[in-house]
Amino acid sequence: MGLILRLAMQSLKSRVLTTWLTITSIALSVTLLVGIEHLRAGVRESFAGTISGTDLIVGARGGSLQVLLSTVFGIGTPAGSVSMKTFERWKAHPAVKWAVPYTLGDSHRGFRVVGTTTDFFERYRFRKTGTVVFVQGRAPTGDDEVAIGSDVEEKLQYALNAPVVVTHGMQDIGTSNHETHPFHVVGILARTFTPIDRSVYMTLGGVEGMHEVEQGRMPAASASPATAAAKEPNGPTGADKPNGQTGPLQPNSRTKELQSNGRTKELQPNSRTKELQPNSRTKELQSNSRKTATAAETPSAAQQAANAGAPPVMPGASPPPNVATAASAQQSAANASAPPVMPGASLPPNVAAAAGARQAANSKAPPVMPGASPSPNVAAVVSSQQAANAKAPPLMPGASPPPNVAAAASAQQAANSSAPLVMPGASAPQVMPGATPPVMPGAAQPVTKSIKQPQATTVMPVGPPAHGEAGHDHGDDQITAFFVGTKNRFEALMLQREMNTDFTEPLTAVIPGVALAELFNSIGSAEVGLRVVALFAVAIGLTGMLVALYSSLDARRREMAILRSVGAGPGTIVSLLVIESGLLAFLGCAIGVGFVYLGLVLGQGPIEQRFGLHLSIGAMKAAEYNYLAIILGAGVLVGFVPAWKAYRTSLSDGLSPRT
Amino acid sequence: MTIATAGTPAVELDKLRFAYGTGPNVLAIDALQIARGETVFLHGSSGSGKTTLLGLLAGVLRASSGSVKVLDRDFTTMSSAARDSFRATHLGYVFQMFNLIPYLSVQENILLPCRLDATRRERVGSKSLPDAAREMAEQLDIAQYLHKPVTQLSVGQQQRVAAARALIGHPEVVIADEPTSALDTDRREQFLKLLFASCDKAGATLIFVSHDLTLRPLFKRTVELSSINTAAQMRSTE
Repeated sequence: MGLILRLAMQSLKSRVLTTWLTITSIALSVTLLVGIEHLRAGVRESFAGTISGTDLIVGARGGSLQVLLSTVFGIGTPAGSVSMKTFERWKAHPAVKWAVPYTLGDSHRGFRVVGTTTDFFERYRFRKTGTVVFVQGRAPTGDDEVAIGSDVEEKLQYALNAPVVVTHGMQDIGTSNHETHPFHVVGILARTFTPIDRSVYMTLGGVEGMHEVEQGRMPAASASPATAAAKEPNGPTGADKPNGQTGPLQPNSRTKELQSNGRTKELQPNSRTKELQPNSRTKELQSNSRKTATAAETPSAAQQAANAGAPPVMPGASPPPNVATAASAQQSAANASAPPVMPGASLPPNVAAAAGARQAANSKAPPVMPGASPSPNVAAVVSSQQAANAKAPPLMPGASPPPNVAAAASAQQAANSSAPLVMPGASAPQVMPGATPPVMPGAAQPVTKSIKQPQATTVMPVGPPAHGEAGHDHGDDQITAFFVGTKNRFEALMLQREMNTDFTEPLTAVIPGVALAELFNSIGSAEVGLRVVALFAVAIGLTGMLVALYSSLDARRREMAILRSVGAGPGTIVSLLVIESGLLAFLGCAIGVGFVYLGLVLGQGPIEQRFGLHLSIGAMKAAEYNYLAIILGAGVLVGFVPAWKAYRTSLSDGLSPRT
Repeated sequence: MTIATAGTPAVELDKLRFAYGTGPNVLAIDALQIARGETVFLHGSSGSGKTTLLGLLAGVLRASSGSVKVLDRDFTTMSSAARDSFRATHLGYVFQMFNLIPYLSVQENILLPCRLDATRRERVGSKSLPDAAREMAEQLDIAQYLHKPVTQLSVGQQQRVAAARALIGHPEVVIADEPTSALDTDRREQFLKLLFASCDKAGATLIFVSHDLTLRPLFKRTVELSSINTAAQMRSTE
């Protein structure tokens, strides 16, 4: 056999070009196959290693994949939110070792913002033992501090102390920047090759505070108007024109008004009516001119929109029926960068509120008309800046304006222009009769409710896309999800069951590993496709070898006859050819594997940087060895085809090949 | 493997019939004996069944009937593997041309039988294989080419390498199939002299097949294939 092996090797060596071409074609197909296998395993590992050490991820009731994807991967939106109370309750569960809250919904220049606690950085693990490490700074502890992932740092070139303005929702289309609550970077995280790299972390207080300021629910907001004005340089402020109107427009005072008491009070027919006095109204609109063409009737709505551009909660004033309300988002208009979000007032039946942004008026677009929705529910309407600038048709959520009502608010230009705006003043007379006290309780009720539980009652027929997210209202004590580590991993299953069946608040508890496997299996068909392609490549490589060996046979008939003459049996001839093909396949495999590892060594860095995919240069897996064995086996089998032919010809040729 | 005593013929054909498949007989030889140590010129024109006879003598082909005995072993009763093995041990074979495996060196070509067969290796004696190859090459005047690739050799040199390979390890029978047809007349005689001397030295029986009658005087005995092959006679009379 030693002789045959030597003969085979010498024979292959004598046909250098064909031999190397054949080996190369096999090597390339092996590279493809093993490379794909490696890549697949790498992706799977990377994917599965995104989160480890966490036994359960708990979110509002929804699909387990939804919970997993929205939290860990930042894909899609969470099904809802979980109350802090529920979180605390589960945190105290005897089986729970630790629990970390996790709040989503905002973004910073396309990177999602996560509200959590410092525990997150300590508890989170990826790829089994990877920990979240700060390369610079520390975890955010103050409510105006954020930590950023490595991708964020790299892409935005942020250093410590860089200011960060958070956008509501995920789109960076500038619908509503939380500019009123700026953050700054206190920590930069080391690269993890997980979605952590693409996240901005802040404290729960930070998330809450940000939204509370904007939604007028922050207790501190009840400070004096002066303070508020100072805090908001861009604010509309009546600081310029201190008149009766400006007062109510001050964020702080608004906030105060929005306090259920104040609100109710303000909604008192009397005070309301008073404000709606046509005369004073008209007067105000005129006197305030550009800067304060505001309707005070829907102060809350206007205010919020103006301040924050945060439309979600629409504690619009609910004037009594037949009241025409006009609100103009003077503040937002005045604030150039702030989109003229015009939350319409929430109105009981028969009421329509119209708010026109200054931009809208300027662009001669039809006024944005957040008509009241005919339903008794609260209607909130937001017109985005884009809509206004683009001369978009009026946003008319309430398709049919209720009878008896015409309300419009516009900035001064609007008023000045010939736009068919219904001037507040004009509608005012109508208001008067309708301001009947009996309406009050009903009207006030939904408003109050909407303040306290925005999700529950706020209806947002039109709003910035980002706000379509369920559960993104950042209720005072709402979080998106929480991560749980159990004291004993075996308890995770029981705990999951307990959470999923608990009826106090519907939750979905997900075991990350299980959900990841589920996810990967569901997208497994793509892998199969890749593998089939790679196997075809291998088949092509082997066919090339078959062709090369077979076509050389005729030229080698003499060689076979010589071997026969010196005593080689047909078996020797067969084994010679089979060994040749086996050698080709073996060398092809070896070189192919070499290519893969060479590629890994050279490509690991760039692939990590480019795709965030960490490919480990480890030993080959069983699957890869199987593939190699299959290729080798196939190579040997392929060798039998020419060998069989050589056997036949050597028999019929005898010692003198007939040519 | 026991080798028959010196008294038995090297080759003995008895009522040999051979046909390819179910075709007509190509070869029909009632009797032919070649003694040990004999140098025989087997003359046959093309189509006389020469190639077939050599196949039978080498044990590559199996007789349809009758017997082919080489060194008193009857090929017709042996398996093809046994015949291959027998050939490796006891036969040397020289082709008309293209005798050598192109990807092996001269020395490796010469040593091929020793590598394939243990008996041939043993018969070389205590000498190392390269030494044996050198000795053989010296006899045939090709020692200077031992480590050259065979493709660089002339046809005459190649034939001498083939002869060296056929003779190494002292096979009892050497069959040469028109080994000189590619050589010019001068080289033909030179080659034959070397071949005869080597066979003589090794005590090998030489069966030299050719259609070239000019070589005939160089041999002690000539066998006219057309006269003993009745199948060919029958066909030619048809």
